[in-house]
Amino acid sequence: MNGFSALVKKDLVLYFSNRRSVIVSIVAPILIAAFFGYVFGSGASGPSRIAVGVTDLDQSALSQSIIKDMQGDATFAISELDPTSAAAQIKSGKIAVALTLPKDFGSSAKRALFGSSDKPNIVLQYDPSQQLALQVVRGLLAQYVMQDVSKALFTSANDVLPDARERIAKNTAMPAERREKLLAMFDSIGVVQNDTQREPDSAGANNAPSRFQLSLPYSTDEKAASANPDTQYNSFAHSFAGMSVQFILFMGIDLGIALLTMRRLDLWKRLRAAPLSKATLLTSRIASCALIALFIFCAIYAVAMLVFGVRIEGSVLGFCAVVVSFCLLTSSFGLLIAAIGKSPEATRGIAIVVTLLLVMLGGAWVPSFVFPKWLQQISLIAPTRWAIDGLDGMTWRGLDLGHAVAPVGVMLGFTLVFGLLAIRQFSWEE
Amino acid sequence: MLEAIDLVKSYGTRRAVEKVSLSVGRGQMLGLLGPNGAGKSTTIGMISGLIVPDGGSVLVSGQRLDSGSLAFKRHIGLVPQDIALFDDLTAQANLELFGALYGIKGAPLLKRVHEVLELVGLADRARDKPVTFSGGMKRRLNIAAALIHDPDVLLLDEPTAGVDPQSRNAIFENLEELKRRGKALVYTTHYMEEAERLADAIVIIDHGQVVARGTPNELYRLLPATGLLEIELEGPFDAAPLGAIAGVMQVERNGQHLRVGLDDLTLGTPLVMNALVAQNARVARINSGRANLENVFLALTGHALRD
Repeated sequence: MNGFSALVKKDLVLYFSNRRSVIVSIVAPILIAAFFGYVFGSGASGPSRIAVGVTDLDQSALSQSIIKDMQGDATFAISELDPTSAAAQIKSGKIAVALTLPKDFGSSAKRALFGSSDKPNIVLQYDPSQQLALQVVRGLLAQYVMQDVSKALFTSANDVLPDARERIAKNTAMPAERREKLLAMFDSIGVVQNDTQREPDSAGANNAPSRFQLSLPYSTDEKAASANPDTQYNSFAHSFAGMSVQFILFMGIDLGIALLTMRRLDLWKRLRAAPLSKATLLTSRIASCALIALFIFCAIYAVAMLVFGVRIEGSVLGFCAVVVSFCLLTSSFGLLIAAIGKSPEATRGIAIVVTLLLVMLGGAWVPSFVFPKWLQQISLIAPTRWAIDGLDGMTWRGLDLGHAVAPVGVMLGFTLVFGLLAIRQFSWEE
Repeated sequence: MLEAIDLVKSYGTRRAVEKVSLSVGRGQMLGLLGPNGAGKSTTIGMISGLIVPDGGSVLVSGQRLDSGSLAFKRHIGLVPQDIALFDDLTAQANLELFGALYGIKGAPLLKRVHEVLELVGLADRARDKPVTFSGGMKRRLNIAAALIHDPDVLLLDEPTAGVDPQSRNAIFENLEELKRRGKALVYTTHYMEEAERLADAIVIIDHGQVVARGTPNELYRLLPATGLLEIELEGPFDAAPLGAIAGVMQVERNGQHLRVGLDDLTLGTPLVMNALVAQNARVARINSGRANLENVFLALTGHALRD
């Protein structure tokens, strides 16, 4: 065993002799990744519903129909409340949005559809911390109101159409030809209404194809654009990539701090007094740190694959290259910390803050595609962004080896820069 | 065996070591004595190759070697001031690691590990971790780690710091055994008792400069008096007549406290006491002893060794 391998072996033995630290460095990222993966993922239970309180001051057939439709929508958890309870529950955060359908909403809404200036006012109160829920409620409410108002107009007798027809008939300002066409339209609708009322309601469904109503003029066909059409997106793939990167960087900090501590305790003097070159002393440290990082990666991803169904859908070789590059990056990062750190105590705090920033910018906590555009551009300077993108690319995105080249190249570039900076800054004399 | 010539080292504008020279032969120990911050550790650092000197040279067996060269380092064993061991490795694993760093491997390494553990009296604790050792045992293992590659020269930087007297004696016995085995030892300390007991020659260093060198007896001769009488008196007395007594080299009075330097303690003490009795002076306390290196250092530098 030469000096290099003796030093590497020493680092490995020291690392694995601290079993508590080993367990924490593996278990902690698994637990946090599992949590993030579950929260942000497409789990079997689906996303949680938006709690909405409805106050129906109208109690008309139309208002009840709208409420019934919303209750049938998986997006919402609808509860009917009186105005006081609705306001209280908004303030206490129990519901995200409270909507109030005003008195005479049914008749006013139908008239408003044909241009009446007397539009009913639906009041939407919302929890200011849940702006996104407000947008969803607003959009889906518009859809259900349009559908139900049009259905009510075209499928049952009411005085809205006669009133509207009469207003048109009396409107002498309108050109006669246009007036005649509009009156013909109202007459046609009246015929449809009469036919609809004569039809038996055997299906009991107002949505039967024979019944006319306005509806959304399109439908959507939603498909996840993953590499393997037979494979569903696994949100754990991203969360495990992020947490692996975070905790392996933490391990790199620990090894850097350990080197600083070793220098303080004269152990570094003893190592330097041995017939070893500076290159041997530093590269052995890089090698041992990279091996430990690789071990942690393997342990975390073994659990991710066996328990959480994470799969390498893309290039296995590309995945290995990304992992090895990141392990080397971690080593040079740890060495840089040891080189520029003044004392273990002061350095640890700064290094953790820097690491958390790198991890955050890298998209370990929330995917980088949800960042604003400018932040997405800035985050490209963080090597962690390339590491996480590389791991995402080789796992759930299912990209080929060619897509691993850029992340690997950038990470090896950072490794080189960090390594050179560390060697340049390293103080050999005490 | 080891010779350092005119070593110089500066840190910025501060001159830490100024033309320090020393030499030590096979089977000898050189004591490097000086207060904290005198430049002892810097001198040791330059000899061991950890610190690049600004000037001067180091020779081992007459051969000038570049400090820091790998071949040079094989001749030197360094015992750092702090315990330089891995607490989570056993005593044996520590020694195997340090042996491997010097290229020793396999059966010779295991044999050598056993030998040095025997030498420092820790063979029965080979499989224990240093964290379970007493301070003295850690110090002995610290020395063993520097001996693993069987160096010609052993540099010991305050190897007994923080050690109880019993463990200190055990370390002294280890060092005397090393002298018998022909090692050249350089031992830095600010404990004069250690230097007096162990060193064949002593170099006194202060503010980075050598202020005296020689055997302990040669250094004592630098003092005006080798015997010292300290007397505390009650009532009036006159110190002036004491200076006229034959063999009295110096007289210092500080209130009721009298300090008399004698060239011969046995002959001079009765004469001094008779002179005081003649003045009807009453002695409250008396203390006598031979001058030590502390007195030498005080006489040469004007301040105490442990200031």
